[in-house]
Amino acid sequence: MLQRARVMTSELLNRMSGVDMSALLRSWTLTVFGIIAFVLLWELGASRIDTALGKFPGPQQVWSQTQSLYDDHVREQERRQDFYERQDQRNAERLAANPDAEVQFRDYTGRPTFLDQVKTSLITVAFGFTLAMLVAIPLGIVCGLSNTMYSVVNPVVQVFKPVSPLAWLPLVTMVVSALYVTESPLVSKAFLTSAITVALCCLWPTVINTTVGVASVDKDLVNVSRVIQLPALQHVRKIVLPSAIPMIFTGMRLSLATGWMVLIAAEMLAQSPGLGKFIWDEFQNGSSDSLGRIMVAVLAIGLIGFLLDKLMLLLQRRMSWDKSTVLR
Amino acid sequence: MRSYLELSNVSIEFTTKSSTFRALDKVNLHVSKGEFISLIGHSGCGKSTVLNIVAGLYQATEGGVILEGKEINAPGPDRAVVFQNHALLPWLTVYQNVELAVAQVFKGKRSPAEIRDWILHNLDLVHMTHALDKYPHEISGGMKQRVGIARGLAMEPKVLLMDEPFGALDALTRAHLQDEVMRIHASLNNTVIMITHDVDEAVLLSDKIVMMTVGPNARIGNILDVKLPRPRDRLAMANDTQYNHYRQEVLKFLYGGHNQQELAA
Repeated sequence: MLQRARVMTSELLNRMSGVDMSALLRSWTLTVFGIIAFVLLWELGASRIDTALGKFPGPQQVWSQTQSLYDDHVREQERRQDFYERQDQRNAERLAANPDAEVQFRDYTGRPTFLDQVKTSLITVAFGFTLAMLVAIPLGIVCGLSNTMYSVVNPVVQVFKPVSPLAWLPLVTMVVSALYVTESPLVSKAFLTSAITVALCCLWPTVINTTVGVASVDKDLVNVSRVIQLPALQHVRKIVLPSAIPMIFTGMRLSLATGWMVLIAAEMLAQSPGLGKFIWDEFQNGSSDSLGRIMVAVLAIGLIGFLLDKLMLLLQRRMSWDKSTVLR
Repeated sequence: MRSYLELSNVSIEFTTKSSTFRALDKVNLHVSKGEFISLIGHSGCGKSTVLNIVAGLYQATEGGVILEGKEINAPGPDRAVVFQNHALLPWLTVYQNVELAVAQVFKGKRSPAEIRDWILHNLDLVHMTHALDKYPHEISGGMKQRVGIARGLAMEPKVLLMDEPFGALDALTRAHLQDEVMRIHASLNNTVIMITHDVDEAVLLSDKIVMMTVGPNARIGNILDVKLPRPRDRLAMANDTQYNHYRQEVLKFLYGGHNQQELAA
């Protein structure tokens, strides 16, 4: 009897894990199939398009450009290291000859590589996004809590929400050059211009979603807070924020996606360092490799955007009290 | 003698886009300390509105509520509310839910150790100490309501307000919780106002049953004094002639006479 039960249990377990495994396998197979189908279509399509800069880059060309961009980066890193080593050596020799000699430290001024540009873009978007969130979340909370504030802020939000980043850019550029005047700037003007443009465009989804999330806190929970007379700040911290977290994160994810898109356009137009400038430079460069390199950048932009969104999801999962919801 | 809690000429109007709607019309009620009052009536008759006015969550348009000689115009922990849908914070454990209220209400008045003891004592009253670290979604509906009641009791309210506390529960769980509430009421002698639409529940638990007419312009139609001896046992009550008499009185009010005409009108 016991034996029989044990056999049945193990059979059941096998079958259950079998179902899980086959479902997982199925979804993976479909994913791989999707990618292969895309690459094939791309290859087919690319070989038929002739441009002034040669054929449209196919998968193979893009792969070889990816490698060459990476090699460039490694070579540039080595050069930079050599430069600093030489400088240190030279300075050491001079000091050895004459302890009072004035030694010079110069920064290496090599061309930024593709990976450098990616790094710059990431830092810019992170700065702009953080700046926007510092304004958007408190503003959204205030608007969600108070109908008066909502009526004051909402029209402004609705008008500025659809504005394209490119419309802001000239204004931001001029304002930054006028106001950001320092002897030794901590960050470059171009960086500030791009970051502020990003911030202006990624404010709105978070403001709107936070407002909705805060306004739709369960009425009973608000009443609990009123009955126990929680002070306003405690009310926000203990009742409002936990309820509104999912909506706030939805807003933040939309904002980050917008910010990343906006950044590329802003960098292109403002000629500030980053992926956008990389694309523009390659376009102006017009060599036979250019289109391939631009395609590498396009894929990188997509991949990074995807990873940024995953990062936000991870953060949401960590901060949300409700671990059972399926986040997509 | 002035009563412990008094509603005098309470009326309330709600303004919609097109018109004003008078939900309650001159409600008068006197409640003594330690009394268990039930408000009963058809849905939409304004029972919850009365409760919300006493809680201070709504403001009466005319008239007012006086508790121990002071007029009520805002919510406060001296009138704790037990909500129909428990209203526990889903991101806090059972213990933390009660703690949120207790820590706020007794802030600066009791030491952390006293606060902890008090939370545990109240959760013990409703037999929930076995689930201190469980989250609301991990316990049954009846258990959630127990925690809600513990939270209400833990505020040491002058009046405990219960808004259909057992409405969302199955019959067995409901009976069990009714017995618990009777037991707690017998030992603590709280003043309680409970909304219900269950006739048996009203008769079994109450000292007074306040029967309300259908809205709009809802009024108190009749007040029935339930003079059954306590403790009351639900099994013994089933064949008690006095119990059945009270029961019929309430049923007659709800389903016969003037109320029916007003419903039809």
